[in-house]
Amino acid sequence: MTGLIKRELRIAWRAGGGAMTGVLFFLAVVTVFPFAVGPDTRLLTALAPAILWIGALLASLLGLDRMFAQEREDGSLDVLVMQSHPLMLTCFTKALAHWMVSGLPLVLATPFFGIMLNLSPLGIGATMATLLAGTPAISFIGAAGAAVAVKLPRGGMLISVLVLPLVIPVLVFGISAITGAMSDPAPFTAPFLLLCAITLFTSVLGPLAASIMLRHSAD
Amino acid sequence: MSTETAFPANAANLWGLANPTRFMAFANRAVPLFAVLSVLLFAAGLYLSFNAPQDYQQGYTVLIMFIHVPAAWLAMMTYSVMCVSALGSIVWRHPLADVSLRSAAPLGAVFTFLSLITGSLWGKPMWGTWWEWDARMTSVLILLIIYMGLIALAKAFDEPAEAAQPLAIMTLVGAPLLPIIKWSVDWWNTLHQPASVSRLEAPAMAPEFLYPLLTMALAYMALFFMLHLMAMRNEVLGRRIRAMKLRAARRKQ
Repeated sequence: MTGLIKRELRIAWRAGGGAMTGVLFFLAVVTVFPFAVGPDTRLLTALAPAILWIGALLASLLGLDRMFAQEREDGSLDVLVMQSHPLMLTCFTKALAHWMVSGLPLVLATPFFGIMLNLSPLGIGATMATLLAGTPAISFIGAAGAAVAVKLPRGGMLISVLVLPLVIPVLVFGISAITGAMSDPAPFTAPFLLLCAITLFTSVLGPLAASIMLRHSAD
Repeated sequence: MSTETAFPANAANLWGLANPTRFMAFANRAVPLFAVLSVLLFAAGLYLSFNAPQDYQQGYTVLIMFIHVPAAWLAMMTYSVMCVSALGSIVWRHPLADVSLRSAAPLGAVFTFLSLITGSLWGKPMWGTWWEWDARMTSVLILLIIYMGLIALAKAFDEPAEAAQPLAIMTLVGAPLLPIIKWSVDWWNTLHQPASVSRLEAPAMAPEFLYPLLTMALAYMALFFMLHLMAMRNEVLGRRIRAMKLRAARRKQ
């Protein structure tokens, strides 16, 4: 398992792996928003959690179609499927590695972008906490989508269409937790705990669906 | 014999339908039955609906309910049918389960669309807005997107049989949305009113409205089963045509 994670991280850090591309894409999305809504600081502050979450969502979706497709092309997918380990654990590891490459850098970059959007330190903290708790769920659900589309010749767009509706609960509870932290009457803990529950739930469901799918598509 | 004994007695019946010829015979008999049933129920339901009294607050717009509510119920029932088919497709590899799943998706999308449109037409005079991002409407809109995504997925494969497993798995992954739609009006404070028919206590609706509504719901269900069987029949025929074409092309070579 650790070997697989190391392998994934090495591939991502090599030239053309695209570990930094996610952060760059995140930066691009965050930069585009002030152009779209105007450089009004108060408006940007109000929108900042939403912008950061949508940026993270889109950046996580970007690399999804490559999660298993590369392995299928060079044949190592068959090796992964035929291992004696449970395939579900392999899918879990792959999804975790995808998160470490696409989700974790965004969480670490959030303070920087939060300052750019004039977010308060409390808001930055809340956004980081919810992104940390929520983005793994995107990778876990995405693993199921990626496994479904592994045989598709043109799967990229379709994965996003299939996965986006399923990650909406993550977005809803993430944003409501941030709102809870920043304004007084709304609670922070309840939506945050629900967010953690979704992540734990999808960490079982996503890899399970992905492993069923991969076992079927191994030919 | 050994395959038959591996399944319980009622499942053996379902396996009988796995034979396409037997299924076609069954569908040919059932489709006219459901057609007659749905025509009768629609006639009765529409008659009852138009003779329902005016609501003291909503006036005649309450009639929209008799189209809107059954459509929303059917949108969710169709997804449940698809989930059962998906289970049949993954667990038992029943050949008809995939056909059923695939042909139910467009019907579900149409019912969802119909409930959204009629809800919007109803919302304008009642709430003063065509659309509100409230929990019930948003979750039903997500259901529509999921239906569209599944239809796109079903058509994305070069070989139709290859789509069976991905389609079934994605259907089941989307299943948690159903309880969210059902209880969204209770979990969040919404503009949409809470359930007034399917409650543990007696329905909170006056019988003058309840009976036409239930008749319309039964009519919608009969219509759904008729259309579903017809779509399944078309799918089976389409696969036969495809197989024949492939065989003919091979012979030409």
